Amino acid sequence: MQKRFITIWFRHLTTDWLTLRRPELKNTPFVFAIPQHGRKVITAANVIAEAQGIMPGMPVADAKAMVPNIEVFDEKVERAEKLLRALGEWCIRYTPLVALDLPDGLILDISGCAHLWGGERAYLKEVVTRLRGSGYDVRAAVADTIGTAWAIARFGQVTPIIESSAQTTALLPLPAAALRLEPVVLLRLQKLGLYTIGSFISMQRSALRRRFGEGLLLRLAQALGQAEEYIQPLQVPEPFQERLPCMDPIRTAPGIEIAIQRLLETLCLRLQQDGKGIRTAVLKCYRLDGNIQHVEIGTNRATHHTRHLFKLFQLKIASITPALGIELFVLEAMKVEDVEPSQEVLWAEDPGLDDKGVAELLDRISAKVGAGTIHRYLPAEHYWPERSIRAAPTLQEPATTAWRSDRPRPVRLLSRPEAVEVTAPIPDYPPLMFRYKGRAHYVRKADGPERIEREWWLEGGEHRDYYNVEDEEGQRYWLFRSGHYSGGETKQWFIHGFFA
Amino acid sequence: MLASKKDIITELQKNILHWQGFKVPLAGTTRFAGLEQVESAFPNAVFPTGAIHEFLTEEPEHAAACGGFLGGLLQVLMERGGICLWISTARSLFPPALKTFGVNPDRIIFIDLKREKELLWAMEEALKCSSLAAVVAEVGEISFTESRRLQLVVEKSRVTGFILRGSTKKLSTTACVARWKITPLPSELKDGMPGVGFPRWNVELLKVRNGNPGSWKLEWHAGSFRPLMPEKANYLHREKLLKVG
Repeated sequence: MQKRFITIWFRHLTTDWLTLRRPELKNTPFVFAIPQHGRKVITAANVIAEAQGIMPGMPVADAKAMVPNIEVFDEKVERAEKLLRALGEWCIRYTPLVALDLPDGLILDISGCAHLWGGERAYLKEVVTRLRGSGYDVRAAVADTIGTAWAIARFGQVTPIIESSAQTTALLPLPAAALRLEPVVLLRLQKLGLYTIGSFISMQRSALRRRFGEGLLLRLAQALGQAEEYIQPLQVPEPFQERLPCMDPIRTAPGIEIAIQRLLETLCLRLQQDGKGIRTAVLKCYRLDGNIQHVEIGTNRATHHTRHLFKLFQLKIASITPALGIELFVLEAMKVEDVEPSQEVLWAEDPGLDDKGVAELLDRISAKVGAGTIHRYLPAEHYWPERSIRAAPTLQEPATTAWRSDRPRPVRLLSRPEAVEVTAPIPDYPPLMFRYKGRAHYVRKADGPERIEREWWLEGGEHRDYYNVEDEEGQRYWLFRSGHYSGGETKQWFIHGFFA
Repeated sequence: MLASKKDIITELQKNILHWQGFKVPLAGTTRFAGLEQVESAFPNAVFPTGAIHEFLTEEPEHAAACGGFLGGLLQVLMERGGICLWISTARSLFPPALKTFGVNPDRIIFIDLKREKELLWAMEEALKCSSLAAVVAEVGEISFTESRRLQLVVEKSRVTGFILRGSTKKLSTTACVARWKITPLPSELKDGMPGVGFPRWNVELLKVRNGNPGSWKLEWHAGSFRPLMPEKANYLHREKLLKVG
């Protein structure tokens, strides 16, 4: 596919910006200046100042002599780049590939984008009018190469749109400066009377190289499309991103649903062809008023199942505020993983934790009530009951140690042991009676004690002596005494669980 | 003539059961070892899987006993590597204990929610997922309409659902296939040995759709249920049943 580029030239980038911020300066001549070698030198002048003969590079003293009422502002070095970056990010609405062209331009790779706006003419018009409407004095041009587009934007007289492979004829009448050459080379060309590109383009390459260096040949080749020129995109485009510009702003939930459905269909098709699936995805809704609404979903396993992903987004639609309307939807798969292709089985079998249906169910639940609600536990090598299980980070992670069943553990464990009053013979007999929640339980049978030491490298405190007791009704409890008996003082007993 | 009349009646009964969602047992139906007597209370003498069972667990001791009994059921339901979802708002189940009842605790996924409303939604969504072996939910209250919704979902997906009702103050009718109450019984060891023996429960079936309520005494022994009174099934009287319902 033939590459097409737009270059945008901001003729008065910084001064336009200041006029936007301070509208009272609209009718006064002003300049930006920086100190250089003990004097102030102008770096940028606004239209009115330029009309009165002020040029960048002129000392401020000279300018003041020419235009007494001129206003001078300090230039900040980074300002132009910052402005261009912001403008470039704004231009991402036209194409995902936008690059900075310092000090005063932007390069847009519009290959395959123009038809969305109904052709290159309409596209260019849209870009230029929107930028001009926002107060920047811009010129722009479309061409096959960055070099030609750059030249036409700055020096073109006839048309801003150069048809495919018509670079040479378009470049011929332009001055040599249109080739982005070093000032030294330009001066040498001028000395020899080679003012236009046409005057030296047909010369022998070896002669040009000898006299003007490799740089001129490279620029010429780049402008003509014989050498490749690379740009550094402002935002590296995500490989799995889909965009949906809307003719009319979308304001209703069904509208958003349709948009999501369409985006998902195209994105999932691409993912399917690449054998990938979404783990996390973000839907960005660009609103008319400049606000961007974010909606994020996550899945437990990579999937490119349109209907499932749509259901996840559907749960989130309520959180999107369309306000005046949404003009652009961008769906981006932030985290993508390979999908393990599952083989169709002939006979029904419980696939367990690897099952797609279960993963989709958990996705739906976590999308609705939050991801922190789903737990799965694996055995941990601790005797301390509260630490004997640990939460598994994934659904598929296997247990590294076996579950133990050699020691009695209650079916119901209280999250915090509750203090109980007991009657117990000392030193290490189970209690005869205990009182829990106002009811006395007389112990008929008991097992124990099972002493569980506190893990001193993790926390301090007393050990626990656990007893498994059964009362007269057959109800079974897990009681423990905290610490040793010593010196006649009674030790506190706790209830920690209920056996089956 | 008489035989044919009998035939007609049995045929009719079979049809009614079929319309109500009870399938005639096929070969390879899940069988619960040691639960034969309890199973005989159900229509077709088969424990109804793919239905909603309701357990009354007001006291924590009953909840614990019920957890053990349920563990025994889950062991069979999850035999072929299935997984189970345990949904609750205030969970006190201690996963390692389930190993005693033959269930691998890492095959249970716990969903800990904040609100009761979300719980029923989650349960319904979970029951729709036919790749689960069972879904357990600890519910406070459930109305007839809500239970009816769950029952309808289950009839399509054939997942077995268990509802543990924590609050039994307003015991309304539900569309569940059975209402159980499991209470602990004193354990006994051979020859009067000291210590606590194997878990024993009094398993009560308070309500069974198209079946006979009753109560049985069971013990959990060596990885399966064991009936304690093999001589007779202790069916409740019909009058008592009406009072409960």
